[in-house]
Amino acid sequence: MRNLLKKIFLVDLFQGLWVTFRYQHPRNIYTEQYPAERPKVAERYRGAPRLNINPDNGETLCIACNLCALACPEALIVVGSERNEATRRKELTTFTYDTSRCMFCGLCEDACPVDALELTQDFELATYTREGQIWDRQTLEEGPRPTQYKC
Amino acid sequence: MPDSTFLDSTELVLNMGPQHPSTHGVLRVILKLDGEKVMGTECVIGYLHRGVEKIAENRTWAQFNPYVDRMDYVAAISNGLGYCLAVEKLLNVEAPPRAQAVRVILTELNRIASHLLWLGTHALDIGAITPVFYCLREREEALKIFENYCGARLTTHAFRIGGLLYETYEGFEREVRAFCDMFLPKVDEYEELLTNNRIWVGRLRNVGILNADECKEYGVTGPVLRAAGVKWDLRKAQPYSGYEKYEFDIPTRQNGDTYDRYMVRMEEMRQAVRIMRQAVDAIPEGAIMGKVGKVIKPAVGEAYVSIEAPKGELGYYAVSDGSTQPYRVRVRPPSFVNLQALDRMVRGGLMADVVAVIGTLDIVLGEVDR
Ligand code: SF4
Ligand code: SF4
Repeated sequence: MRNLLKKIFLVDLFQGLWVTFRYQHPRNIYTEQYPAERPKVAERYRGAPRLNINPDNGETLCIACNLCALACPEALIVVGSERNEATRRKELTTFTYDTSRCMFCGLCEDACPVDALELTQDFELATYTREGQIWDRQTLEEGPRPTQYKC
Repeated sequence: MPDSTFLDSTELVLNMGPQHPSTHGVLRVILKLDGEKVMGTECVIGYLHRGVEKIAENRTWAQFNPYVDRMDYVAAISNGLGYCLAVEKLLNVEAPPRAQAVRVILTELNRIASHLLWLGTHALDIGAITPVFYCLREREEALKIFENYCGARLTTHAFRIGGLLYETYEGFEREVRAFCDMFLPKVDEYEELLTNNRIWVGRLRNVGILNADECKEYGVTGPVLRAAGVKWDLRKAQPYSGYEKYEFDIPTRQNGDTYDRYMVRMEEMRQAVRIMRQAVDAIPEGAIMGKVGKVIKPAVGEAYVSIEAPKGELGYYAVSDGSTQPYRVRVRPPSFVNLQALDRMVRGGLMADVVAVIGTLDIVLGEVDR
């Protein structure tokens, strides 16, 4: 009898609808309005790569040791270096990083002995061309400059 | 394949997928139909094949670690744990206790995240739209903890061979506890939405029955096996990563139908919270990285480690020839094995139930095709 009444009065359906109803208040809104409201990513977020420069003298921190290129599973980093005869040290000339093949695993970052290569909190990596995904040393030092859409 | 049931009816062959929203990826199922009745099925897989096992042979041991995340991308942390444990067994090292505790917390959190995605999409396939929003909302909280811990949400690369790379961040314990407290009432809420709902029960009960003997025959593991009444969980049967220290139950049900698999997974989420609470209260201090050299070079040998992933038994078989690169890595993915039972489960049923059964098997095509 009770079951029949429950069936007739759709108790099971109203039970579910009551849950939905409880979340009608605007304070339960969970959606982020993405381009207008930028999400805050974690401090350890692995996003766009950056080649750090020494803030004191503006020189690159990279010592062209090639460890990042060796650590990368996709072999997408190419480090170009030249021997400076005056200081008898290897110096960085070019640095190419193909973000289109990168899976942001962080192995290159771990391998770097001087913390020159770093994966930053930038996450907007889309470009209009395939070539735009291949970053040279200048882009890496400046960081990405994605188009900011205002709304 | 049986002949058609009526004298004048003809068999209809229907392709479901590969771009069908409820095949959860790119699975193609060739259905042989007699009216609404399914007379047989055939799965065509391989659309997402990337040759992960072959890639392993061209990478060093450490370099292959991020690739395993991309097999079962819904439960990337479990995959990482399985691979790391296999290589650790080859190297004959063990992760320090602190690393093990953090690994358990993150793996259980990943189990919840995986089950939540399953629940949401499964309900969506059946026709209940509301649960998916709630499930993804709670999953987001779990993913935030992953992001804070290791910097990525989905393909996490959280563990390293020998232990952990990242120390837990400030407030890790607090966030995990807050998640546990927040999450338990939400499971009750999902149950309020679904468990007694007559459409849900009508669509799931006695659909896609797979009994215990059939499960064993097909090698099906995980919640599908437990819903058939077999109390088999690798976390209890062959404890790894310190699971023997935690108290939890293995939920089982008797009927082995789709509804029972739903109930088992719901209970598993509660048990995962229970494990996380015990683990987070007792994270030991100490090192997080075992004695592993910078270059990982295991001695000649082989190792097989299987763990209880959210979807079933996930095994990694690694063979070393003494060099820095694997000689062979073989993966035993739970989804691939569980998918074999699809034909048995839907044959003789209705066509609409195929969607329910694919959902309840909880397959991820990245793992099926590798
Ligand atoms: S993040 Fe990984 S894939 Fe990307 S460059 Fe670094 S090592 Fe290579
Ligand atoms: S590992 Fe660091 S220092 Fe060495 S080449 Fe790469 S970025 Fe430069």
